[in-house]
Amino acid sequence: MVYPVVWMIVSSFKANNEIFSNPGLIPTTLTFENYITGWRGYAGTSFETFFINSLLMCAAAIIGNLISCTMAAYAFARLNFTGKRFWFMIMMITLMLPGHVTLVPRYILLNNFGWVGSYLPIIVPKFLATDAFFVFLLVQFIRGIPKEIEEAAIVDGCTKVGVFLRIIVPLATPALVTTALFTFLWTWDDFFNHLLYLTRPDIFTVSRALRTFVGDAGAVSNWGGALAMATLSIVPAFILFFSLQKYFVQGIATTGIKG
Amino acid sequence: MYRMSGVTHFFKRNAAAYLFLTPWLIGFFVLTLYPLAYSLGLSFTNYDFTKPDSTEWIGLGNYLKMFGSLFGLSQFTAVNGEMMRVDPYYLKSLSVTLIYVFVSVPLKLVFALAVAVLMNQKLRGISFYRVVYYIPTLLGGSVAIAVLWRKLFEKDGLINGVLSAFGFTDLPSWITNPNFALGTLILLSVWQFGSSMIIFLAGMKQIPQEYYDAASVDGATKVRRFFSITLPLLSPVILFTLVIQIISAFQVFTQAYIIGGGKGGVLNSTLFYTLHLYIQGWTYHQMGYASAMAWVLLLIIGGFTAIVFRSSDWWVSYGVGE
Repeated sequence: MVYPVVWMIVSSFKANNEIFSNPGLIPTTLTFENYITGWRGYAGTSFETFFINSLLMCAAAIIGNLISCTMAAYAFARLNFTGKRFWFMIMMITLMLPGHVTLVPRYILLNNFGWVGSYLPIIVPKFLATDAFFVFLLVQFIRGIPKEIEEAAIVDGCTKVGVFLRIIVPLATPALVTTALFTFLWTWDDFFNHLLYLTRPDIFTVSRALRTFVGDAGAVSNWGGALAMATLSIVPAFILFFSLQKYFVQGIATTGIKG
Repeated sequence: MYRMSGVTHFFKRNAAAYLFLTPWLIGFFVLTLYPLAYSLGLSFTNYDFTKPDSTEWIGLGNYLKMFGSLFGLSQFTAVNGEMMRVDPYYLKSLSVTLIYVFVSVPLKLVFALAVAVLMNQKLRGISFYRVVYYIPTLLGGSVAIAVLWRKLFEKDGLINGVLSAFGFTDLPSWITNPNFALGTLILLSVWQFGSSMIIFLAGMKQIPQEYYDAASVDGATKVRRFFSITLPLLSPVILFTLVIQIISAFQVFTQAYIIGGGKGGVLNSTLFYTLHLYIQGWTYHQMGYASAMAWVLLLIIGGFTAIVFRSSDWWVSYGVGE
């Protein structure tokens, strides 16, 4: 199962000619050459920039999703308001809606804003809770929090905003970690939006930059460099997976998240 | 006076909730509802991104451009008098995607179910296996894995290296051979069965052990217990996973784009629907046509989802069957 991934990691330390000739796992010579040539990047921009771009963009996306999705989830899970059932149904429909159907007008709209060629088309939607998956996940979690604590707080004169900030947010921490985790992974691994909106090499993310190794005809000149940078690009996912494993299983098991 | 207090009451009752919903509501109206309506409108025009001022209403022209060849057309005159050519690749992209969905989704779910059954036994080192099976799902959608996949299935890639070590000769380049290219992408999808497996496993843990104990007392074999207890009780979870997987399989893009080098591969053997949509909209700037394609995709996905839900009447049970 993981053999291809292991092979990729091992091969990234092999000399370029050996990647082709030796399918085995043990390299005859160990070299960092691929990392040096791959790191040079594309169009004068090195992978250092691509990694920084990716990390900053993911950080902004996480903040956006945490704020906006938790707010919406609190309203759906705990507050009573006119039209609640209707809006909740709308939210569940957007969960199923294929993104392509809004793609063209979104692109035209964001282009009119002058946002194409920046991170705004990727980050701003996160601040507007467009990832309904996380709203749903958080609604499910907040519904499970015992109501007595909030009721006691309200009796003590706490406002709804106070309840949200002092009770719901701290108690929902496990679900917030899951949200942050999957936001990171999906934003990091996303390619389609990066392809559409990140139009200059100096603002490329890692996944957008990796594509430059595979040219338009599909030809790759520097396979060693491609495998080396591909290996580096999966390091964050590995670190998060091994340090936060239980949140993964929880996130998948409670919402059946795609993948 | 009464009316005023009614309004005030309404406001007081709802203000906090709508305050919390504001970001989501803005997102819904600006980034979902408005684009949804806008793209439906665009789908009846010849909107070209590079010359938006010459946009004209062409009625069902874009839809005929997709399906015209079914009526024996190769070109036709749209309502604005413009001569339009039927898209020769549209039906190909639809069939590539349908084959992908109908082969990859069932295979993936059967695999996920089989492995989940094995994992549900009380084996030693189970957490190790869970990690091993989940890693492909963790990384599967990334550009890194798509690049790796190309490397594995090339003429001089790892797969052929291993096969030739076993004495096979005359091995094809799986990626550039139109007979196999789609197969490699299906394999990539099935390889990522980990999240479905975890959902099935969580579902199996919910099934009370007493059912199995009672069945064992009655002399039911392991196979019998699987088909009479596990499968029926898991069927709602299977339905849910099936729907999610169908929806996402129709939208596959990254892997096809990377492995085909931004194109549909040799003889368009991996020209996926969304890839074709991207090429039409962003390479050729035919965004009216791309919008029409997106709406047809929405209808196709909606149709299949509805069929699956309908069919669930006779295969999904919500209680212990007899």
